[in-house]
Amino acid sequence: MNWTFTDTWIVITGMLCAVACALPGCFLVLRRMSMMGDAISHAVLPGLAIAFMITGARESVPMFLGAVATGVFTALFTQWIHRFANVDQGAAMGVVFTTLFAIGLLLIVAAADHVDLDPGCVLYGAIETSAPVVPGEFPRAAAVLGAVVVLNLLVIALFYKELRLSSFDPALADTLGFRPGLMHYLLMTLVAITTVAAFESVGSIIVIAMLIVPAATAQLLTKRLLPMLFTASITGALAALLGHVGAITVPMWLGFQGSSTSGMMAAACGLLFALAWLFAPGEGLVTRWRKSANQAPTPPELRKDPGIPGESLH
Amino acid sequence: MNSVQTWWEILTLHSHNTRMVVLTTALLGAGSGVIGSLLLLRKRSLMGDVLSHATLPGIVAAFALLSTAGLAAKQWFPLLVGATLSGLAGVGVMVAIRRTTRLRDDVAMGIVLSVFFGIGVAMLQMVRDLPDAAGLSSFIYGKTASIISFDLVGISIVAVLVLSVVLLLGKELVLLCFDDGFAAAQGWPVAMLDFLLLGLVTLMTVAGLQSVGLVLIIAFLIIPAAAARFWTGRVGTMMAVAAIIGALSGWAGASASAALPDAPAGAVIVLAAAAIFAISLIGGPRGVWCRQRELSRLKDRVGRQHLLRSIFEILEDAGPPTANRPVSLDDLLEQRSWSPRELRRLLRRARRHGSTEPCGNGGFVLLSEAGFGEASRITRNHRLWEIYLIRHADIAPSHVDRDADMVEHILGPEMVRQLERELDPVLPLPPNPHAR
Repeated sequence: MNWTFTDTWIVITGMLCAVACALPGCFLVLRRMSMMGDAISHAVLPGLAIAFMITGARESVPMFLGAVATGVFTALFTQWIHRFANVDQGAAMGVVFTTLFAIGLLLIVAAADHVDLDPGCVLYGAIETSAPVVPGEFPRAAAVLGAVVVLNLLVIALFYKELRLSSFDPALADTLGFRPGLMHYLLMTLVAITTVAAFESVGSIIVIAMLIVPAATAQLLTKRLLPMLFTASITGALAALLGHVGAITVPMWLGFQGSSTSGMMAAACGLLFALAWLFAPGEGLVTRWRKSANQAPTPPELRKDPGIPGESLH
Repeated sequence: MNSVQTWWEILTLHSHNTRMVVLTTALLGAGSGVIGSLLLLRKRSLMGDVLSHATLPGIVAAFALLSTAGLAAKQWFPLLVGATLSGLAGVGVMVAIRRTTRLRDDVAMGIVLSVFFGIGVAMLQMVRDLPDAAGLSSFIYGKTASIISFDLVGISIVAVLVLSVVLLLGKELVLLCFDDGFAAAQGWPVAMLDFLLLGLVTLMTVAGLQSVGLVLIIAFLIIPAAAARFWTGRVGTMMAVAAIIGALSGWAGASASAALPDAPAGAVIVLAAAAIFAISLIGGPRGVWCRQRELSRLKDRVGRQHLLRSIFEILEDAGPPTANRPVSLDDLLEQRSWSPRELRRLLRRARRHGSTEPCGNGGFVLLSEAGFGEASRITRNHRLWEIYLIRHADIAPSHVDRDADMVEHILGPEMVRQLERELDPVLPLPPNPHAR
């Protein structure tokens, strides 16, 4: 294996992305809004297209703002349709993001005469190209993602109590005057910023995976919020490392040239989740199976189904 | 003139190609409307999204196997089989996560979507040097404009399959969607039914993905069903309406995109469906407009009844016999927690309704004859309900006023009669003076 400093930067960028996504991701999972990342990453297309049409150039700041604005819009529309029209949240999300995506496609086709905005590129942004080739250069993607990590940490630290209460018991939060609605939109803004920043630099597949899968893994490993945030960040970072190593080694075993680091990082998230699913202390499938096997040391003749207590009286 | 003719030719399916596209998308819309209704009720609308991503590893694996075996790797059928198998594997993982962990549906869906898609992308990058790899992406993204008769046949088969399963197992599937706990308690094989439903969705997604593209099939599984929900509260009707909406948006969108050759057909069809959704959301009998109107009517009635009862209670306080005379607004303000603005609004409404009369003094309000009668009836209903709550629901007399406040507005005549029978109240009528 030929490890260069480029590989180190790819792993660092991936880890920053993992931490940036895992923090809001935990709250998404707790609030049953896991598909929001997916919805936002599809729905930002018209934002990108409109920002491009207005500025006429592929400047990153207006594009970024346009994308974040559409992301927040997605959350707003979803909530509005869910609340006032009484539509299931998942369906509301689906209606909004497919419609926005369709509008985005049409806008891109309309603008295609003077620009190449490739939807494929928007959806598949590659982490490999985000790393520097020359030593000493600080990659932009790592800087952006680092800033997002700091922002997410700051917001979560500031509003930890409010976010926690409104995630677990929105009714109580409302009664105590914590404004759960405001917390919802704050979180959605964080998710939109994180999603856009991450997929612009490393691709949308990683974002969706890193938002949900490490958080779900952490939920299997702990029942407390703070440990969950830590576990999710660490799991995500580990998946980033594993993913890149996998992207280098796995294709060689199979006799291929190379693979997609983004895809492999998502796959590594899945692998870690599967491990937790099987072996998590307390909740893992194997753990529970072994526990139930150990708990039956009674001799075979007594090892009958005890049945419902009191049933044997009849 | 010319453009009108073009539109007419497109809408009536003149050319063979247009006919193919429109028929296929309409059929797909109808089929996914039916299955989407069940998904919506099961709160898994985004399943199409999940499955359309989860098919990727299967497609790539099938392609890689064919290619390394030296066969023509762009044959549709093996790729479709790969896609279906991979989708079913995704469904299997989802159902397993759901049944063996405490993670919830949305998390299971997100995990399957992102991990399967990630694996698929990794595999896709690996096989890109194999011969024929360029054809893969057109397979994955679909090209609505180039639908061939093969797609029509495939989608027809899937649509018929979906329809017959829904007709045969309609009751069981509906039970699963509304209350899976109850279905399990009744002894239905819930996991099997769940897998069957999601298997049908997989077939629908695979059939649609390849011919009309990713976004459209996701939208078709969600939007018609969500729109149909605004028109009816019954499952069977909802499925029928969703099928009609799906077919309608397929027809309208595909025709429109035939007239606008530059626009991607999938996006135009999604927008057609979204337009129907928006119309249903606002104008449907269960839509926003009707609900708001009903709500504001109820609020009006409740507000007026509160006003009348407060006036009546002030009149009562002046001592028996209760007679109709002007009541000062200041007394009214003290009676309930109204702001002066709110009270003025209520008085305006009551005036329009004919419950009050002008009495020549701005600071006072006078009930009309009809208003006085209604006020006494409302007060009586309120008292009846209060007595009922005290006697039968053990609510403390000091709290009973507020509780009665919330229910009294929806007491029907039936209920009032029953209360009268049970409570045997003194009727507030003087004895007949000319009785013989």
